[in-house]
Amino acid sequence: MELMLEQMPIVIRSLNVGFLQTLKLFAVTLLGAVPLGLVIAFGSMSRFRPLAYVTKIIVWIIRGTPLMIQLLIIYYFPGLVLKNPIWGGGEAGRFLAASVSFIFNYACYFSEIYRGGIQSVPVGQEEAGLVLGMTRSQIFFKVTLLQMIKRIVPPMSNEIITLVKDTSLARIIALQEIIWAGQAFMKGSQGISGAIWPLFFTAVYYLIFSGILTVLLGRLEKKLDYFR
Amino acid sequence: MAILEVEHICKTFEKTEVLKDISFSLEEGQVLSIIGSSGSGKTTLLRCLNFLERPDSGIIRVCGETLYDGRNPSVMRDAETRKKRLHFGLVFQSFNLFPQYTALENVMLAKELLAKEQPDYKARKREIHEEIRVLAEELLRQMGLSDRMSNYPHQLSGGQCQRVAIARALALKPDILCFDEPTSALDPELTGEVLKVMKELADQKTTMIIVTHEMAFARDVASHVIFMDDGYILEQGTPKQVFENSHEERTRQFLSRFTQG
Repeated sequence: MELMLEQMPIVIRSLNVGFLQTLKLFAVTLLGAVPLGLVIAFGSMSRFRPLAYVTKIIVWIIRGTPLMIQLLIIYYFPGLVLKNPIWGGGEAGRFLAASVSFIFNYACYFSEIYRGGIQSVPVGQEEAGLVLGMTRSQIFFKVTLLQMIKRIVPPMSNEIITLVKDTSLARIIALQEIIWAGQAFMKGSQGISGAIWPLFFTAVYYLIFSGILTVLLGRLEKKLDYFR
Repeated sequence: MAILEVEHICKTFEKTEVLKDISFSLEEGQVLSIIGSSGSGKTTLLRCLNFLERPDSGIIRVCGETLYDGRNPSVMRDAETRKKRLHFGLVFQSFNLFPQYTALENVMLAKELLAKEQPDYKARKREIHEEIRVLAEELLRQMGLSDRMSNYPHQLSGGQCQRVAIARALALKPDILCFDEPTSALDPELTGEVLKVMKELADQKTTMIIVTHEMAFARDVASHVIFMDDGYILEQGTPKQVFENSHEERTRQFLSRFTQG
């Protein structure tokens, strides 16, 4: 017990560094995947059939294979097969590769949620916009978008909380996120080895962060309660 | 000169002919009622006028300007269609108000978006916004909704929603205001309040085309009545001609419940 208290500052410092990386990956993924998902959603709803088919096949492949495989392929393929390690070495390169994998993967999931949200807005809304002389983009941004957002908050909350925990998959390409940081003390790091308790602490970080997100997303849902 | 001329409009969905050679004209300030059983093509006709559907053939002319000619429909680009639509307003059976905006914002929205295309918009932004707000408030007052302007659609009754929708259509000052069964989703009491404002619009010489199942309203308010059956205009004329001296057996049959009751 005494030893644990002694080791605590070292562990916490280490976990903080790892958690920062987790947070960064989470934020970058969200920032990239939220808009990219919309582009993919429009692609899959396109009236230009070939585009719709190609988009649907991409979504099928990305959603149909494990994110872990995608991480490995995206990180190692350029260097091992093309002999062109575009990601560069070190933590920065791993972070970049992880970001690309996560953004693509999550954008595909988001796109399907968006599609459902857009298609659930009654067609009468678009027609009302059209007869009022609005352009298609005005109708989307001024009429459809907010109604869509209201409908997709619950399923998006699910995905966003899953994303918090999925970021840990990035350790497969040795990205030093929080689980990597916690696990290091099992193997031995900074004079501490064979300690499993730091891993429990990582769980607490996840719990607190997803708790905060749950509260924020709940507030957003409440905020959109002003209309039906 | 007629404000609206419709010549030989035909429309087919898949293999069903919905409109068969529809021709009529409408004078400015007149009210045209279109009656007929469900599925006779009334709504499709209105949707063609508002370019929500594209006729297979025929001509639509407003104030002498040809808006649509089925012989060369390919010239219709999105931006053009949008301008042409503005000759018409459309009030839907299901209101289709924008739920995230208040009654006032619903009336203002389209006008504000259009104002952005004016060359002097940037310079007179606040002024233009103010003008639009005054106009929208005036319209809502006219609809008897002065105390409902900041309510959201879900806080309004069906009759109030439909009156907001009418104000929203009027805000763009269309040449011809179309109604697609505006009271079919309302109970008799709410129907009354909507018909009352429509009657007032007719008294102010608003040019209107009203698809309706309210026979008494069609007879009393319209200057012209069209009876449609199976995609054809079976009979048209003044309300007196159509309601009291119908030529066609089918018209008499359709009206029998009304005229006897």
